[in-house]
Amino acid sequence: MSVPLLELRHVTQVYGTPPRQFIAIDDINLTIFEGEFVALVGPSGCGKSTLLRIITGLQRPTSGEVLYRGTVLTGVNPYATIVFQTFALFPWLTVQENVEVALKARGVPPRLCAQRAIELLDRVGLDGFENAYPRELSGGMRQKVGFARAMAVEPELLCMDEPFSALDVLSAEALRGDLLELWTRGQIPTRAILMVTHNIEEAVFMADRIVVMDKDPGRIIADLRVELPHPRPRKAPAFLETVDRVYAILAGQTQPEHVEIGAALSEPGRPRTLPNISLNKLASLLEHLAEMPQARADLYQLPEKLAISSDALLSLTDAAELLGFVTVAQGDIELTPLGLAFAEASIQARKEIFSSRIRRLPLFSWLLEMLWAAENHQLPRDVVLEALESKFHREEAERQLEIAVTWGRYAELVAYDDSTQTISLDPTGITALVQSELAKALQK
Amino acid sequence: MLLFKPGQPTQHLASWGDLVVLVIIAVLIYSGVRLAFRTPSVIEGPQISLAPTSLPWYAMLSVGRVFAAYGFSLLFTFLYGSAAARNRRAEQILLPLLDVLQSVPILSFLPVVLLSFSVILPARAAAELASIVLIFTSQVWNLTFAWYQSLKTIPNELREASGVFGLNRWLRFKFLELPFAALSLIWNSMMSWAGGWFFLMAAETFTVGERDFRLPGLGSYIQEAVAQANPHALLWGIGALIFVIVLFDQLLWRPLLAWADRFKLEMVESEHPPRSWFYEALRSSRLLRWLSEHFWRPISERLDVLLGRLAPQELQGPSESSWLGKILWGLVGVGLLIGAYRALEMLVRVPIEQWGVIVLGVGATLLRVSIALGIALAWTIPAGVLIGMNPRWAAYLQPLVQIAASVPATAFFPLLALFFLGFAGGLNIAAILLMLMGTQWYLLFNVIAGAAAIPQDLKYTTVLLHLSSWERWRTLILPALFPYIITGAITASGGAWNASIVAEYIEFGDRTVRTLGIGALIAQATAVGDYPLLLAATLSMVGAVVLINRFFWRRLYRLAEEQYRLE
Repeated sequence: MSVPLLELRHVTQVYGTPPRQFIAIDDINLTIFEGEFVALVGPSGCGKSTLLRIITGLQRPTSGEVLYRGTVLTGVNPYATIVFQTFALFPWLTVQENVEVALKARGVPPRLCAQRAIELLDRVGLDGFENAYPRELSGGMRQKVGFARAMAVEPELLCMDEPFSALDVLSAEALRGDLLELWTRGQIPTRAILMVTHNIEEAVFMADRIVVMDKDPGRIIADLRVELPHPRPRKAPAFLETVDRVYAILAGQTQPEHVEIGAALSEPGRPRTLPNISLNKLASLLEHLAEMPQARADLYQLPEKLAISSDALLSLTDAAELLGFVTVAQGDIELTPLGLAFAEASIQARKEIFSSRIRRLPLFSWLLEMLWAAENHQLPRDVVLEALESKFHREEAERQLEIAVTWGRYAELVAYDDSTQTISLDPTGITALVQSELAKALQK
Repeated sequence: MLLFKPGQPTQHLASWGDLVVLVIIAVLIYSGVRLAFRTPSVIEGPQISLAPTSLPWYAMLSVGRVFAAYGFSLLFTFLYGSAAARNRRAEQILLPLLDVLQSVPILSFLPVVLLSFSVILPARAAAELASIVLIFTSQVWNLTFAWYQSLKTIPNELREASGVFGLNRWLRFKFLELPFAALSLIWNSMMSWAGGWFFLMAAETFTVGERDFRLPGLGSYIQEAVAQANPHALLWGIGALIFVIVLFDQLLWRPLLAWADRFKLEMVESEHPPRSWFYEALRSSRLLRWLSEHFWRPISERLDVLLGRLAPQELQGPSESSWLGKILWGLVGVGLLIGAYRALEMLVRVPIEQWGVIVLGVGATLLRVSIALGIALAWTIPAGVLIGMNPRWAAYLQPLVQIAASVPATAFFPLLALFFLGFAGGLNIAAILLMLMGTQWYLLFNVIAGAAAIPQDLKYTTVLLHLSSWERWRTLILPALFPYIITGAITASGGAWNASIVAEYIEFGDRTVRTLGIGALIAQATAVGDYPLLLAATLSMVGAVVLINRFFWRRLYRLAEEQYRLE
C-alpha cells in the first residue's frame, strides 16, 4: 500500500485582523501519497497557489498543520521544491550558474556542482546552452532550466505552480511530454508531483488524481481519480468524459436567481463577487451559443472554439449565470431566452438589457443608491472603496470596484473621472433610475 | 528608470517616528557639544606645502579618505538598509531617521564630531577620523536608501525561489540582493563620490576658534592656495583634483557600469549597452582571466562555504522580543529623555533676539535656495531636453556632464567669491552661484534621462498632429519630464541647503565675509565656538528642510508618481 508523503490537517489561512477578516483557505484536509501525480484545479482566487506555498513551507498557515512523512513541518520543506510559472531564474546568472546555485545551497562541493549541473542540463536537452543567460532563451527553454534546477535538489515532492501557462502552445505540449516521460519511467527520484493549474485538459492529460477547489472561501469540493493509461489521446471518449466531469464540478449548477445574485450588501456575511471578465468575450460566448443547435453546448468544448483558457471560460460562465443569460447543469451550458435576446440585439439594445440586469445585482443596487443619495450624484472613489472594504479585503474591494465601474460604464449607468477620481451617475443612468422609481410609484 | 532616486517613503507625511528622530538628533548634537567643551583651547595645525610636487602625495591622502569613508558607507548601508527592509518594527524608526539624517547639514556636525573625537584621541587621529566621518555623512544616505528600496522591490518569485532552494543568508546576499541592487548602487555610488569631493575641502581644513585641525590633502592644498592668494598653486590644485576625478570615472565607474549591465532585470537584450574601453581591455586580458581562474574562483568558493556555515538559514516568522531587549530599549529611551532634557536646557540659553536672527536666517537661505533652484530649472530643462532627445548627442555629452558634475564647485568657490565681493551684495550672488554649481547637475541628469525615456511613438504622434512647438512642450515634454524634474529638484534643494554653510560665510586668511543666512549662523557659531547657537541653528535648519520636504516636495513627488509616470 502506498505511503502518505504529505498531509494537510485543518489548514486555514486568514488575512487581516478582526472585524475585517477574510478567509482565503478554509479548513483544508489533504493527503498526498507516494507515487501520485496530483493536479490542483480551481477558479482564480480560490487559494491554490497559497496552498502550494503552505505545502512547501514558504508560508505558514494561520492554523492547522502540515505533516511531511509524519512529522510536522516547520520552515521550508527541504524535500520539496517548486517550478514557478514565471520561471524565477536569476537573470544575472548563466543557465549553468542558475542550476549550480540550488546545488550550492545544499552544500554540494563546488567541483561536483558544475558536473551535476551539466548532467542535468543535458537531461532536459539544454546541452550547449550552459553559458547562455536566461534572457537569451525562449520561454520553453527557460522553463527547462527551471525543471533542471528543481531536479538538481532531487526533490521527493515536486510542486509546480502553473508551470506551462506562460509558454506558447507548442513548447508547453513538448515540455509536458518530456516531464511525463521522466516521471512515468521513474528516471527522477521524485516520489510525488503536485501541480497547480487552471487548465482542466492539462490536469486530465497529466495527473492521476484531480483535487478541485472552489473560492469564497477557498476549499476542496471534489477529489477524483483519473484511471487512464499514459499516453492519453486528447480526443478519446474516456478522456473527454473526464474533462466534462471536471467542468461539471467546477461550473456547478445554476441556482434560482435570488441564490445566484446573493445577499444584499446591508445584510451580514460576504456578498457575491463580480467575476473579472471581458465584456467582449461575454458577448462572443453568447453569440456562439446562439448559433448552436438548441442554443446549448458542452462546456469543455468551448475553450478551443472561443480560443480562451478554461479559467476564463469558467469566469465567463459565472458572469453569464449571474446576469441570467445562461443556465449551467452537468457540464452543459444553455442560453436563456434573455441571453438569446441579448445575442441578437443591436449595440444600444444590448446596453439596455445589460443595464436592466446589473441593476438587480446587490453590489450595483447598493452603489447606485449611494450615488443617488450623494450630492450632485457623485462620490470620490476612495469613499466608495472604504465602504466596500467592510465587505471585502482591500485588493478584492479595489477589483470589485473596478469591475463595477467597467460594467456600469458599458451599461451607461455610471461614469468615472480618472483625473478627479470620482464616480458619478451617468445622465442616462439618472433617467433610467427616475423611470424605474416612477414605475414603482405608479404600481402602488 | 530614474538614475538618481532620492528616498521618498510614500506612506505618511509625518509619524511618531519623526518625533523620536528629532529627539535623537538633538541629543547627538548636544552630547558632542558637551564633549567639545573639554578640548584644549589652542591646537597647532600642520604645514601645507604649495609645491606642485607634493600634489601626488596629497591626492593619495585625499583619495584614501574618500575611500575609507565609502567603505564605511557601504558597510552601514548593508547593515542599516537590510535591518530596515527586514524588520517591520525597525522600519518604523529607521526610515524616518534616515529621511531626517539626509537633510541634516553635514558641516555643522563636524565640529561636534571632531571635538568629541579629540577628547579621546590625539589631535591628528581625531582630525583624520572626523574628516572621514564628515565625508561618510556626505556619501551614505542615498546609498542606504537605494539599497533599502532595492531590497523592497525584489520580485516575489525570486525571493520565493531562494527560499525554496534553501539559500542561506550569504548566498542570498551574493546571488539575489547584491545583483538586484547592483545598478542602482553603482549609480548612487557615483553620486556619493561626487558628494564626497564636494565636501573634501571642508573636511580637510577645519579650524575651531584657535584650534587648527587641518589635514594634508588636496582640499587643504586648494584652501591654502586661496589663503596665500597664489593663483598658480590654485590652478595646480584644481587641475589635480579634476585629473583624479576623470581617472576614477574612466578606470572605475565606466567599467563598473559596463560590467553591471548584466544585472538588468529585463528579460530582453538592451539596445545601447554602456561601454568602457578599460573594461574591454580588462576583459580581453589573458593574465587577468588566469588570475581569476586560479585565485579568485577558489577563494570565492571557499568563502561561500565558510560564510554559508556562519550564516544560518533564514528564521521563519518574527521572533518575539525578549525581556532583555525590552530592558535595553527602556534604557535607551531613558537616556534619550535625559539627553533631550539637557539639550533643551542648552537651547533655553539662546537669547530671544538670536532666535529672531535664526528665523530671519532660515528665510534668507530659503530665498537663496529658491533662486538657485529657479535658475537651475530655467537652463537645465531646455538643455536636458536638447541632449536627451538626440541619442547621438547624449552618447557624447552624458559622460562629459557626469564628469563636470563630480568636479566640486567648492574648489572654484574662493575664486568666484573674490571676484564678486567687489560688487554690492557680492556674497549673495556668490552664494547663489555656489548653490547653483553644486546642485544643477542632479537636475540636468534627471532631465536628460527623462527626455531620453519619452517613447518614440508619442513623439511621432505630436508631429503627426501638427502640434506647435509650445503645444508639444505642454502636452508631451513637460508632463513626461515632471517626475524626473521633481526627483532631481528634491536632491538639488537638499544639496543647496547644505551648501549654504560654506557659501554664506567665508574666511580668506584673516578676513571674514558673511551675509544673513542660517548657513552663515552655523558657520559662525562653529568658528567662535558658540555651542548653544550651533545647536539651535542646526536644529532649525533640519526642521525647515524636513518640513519643506514633507509638505512641498513629497506631495509633488506623489503627484508625479501617480499621474505622470510613463509606463
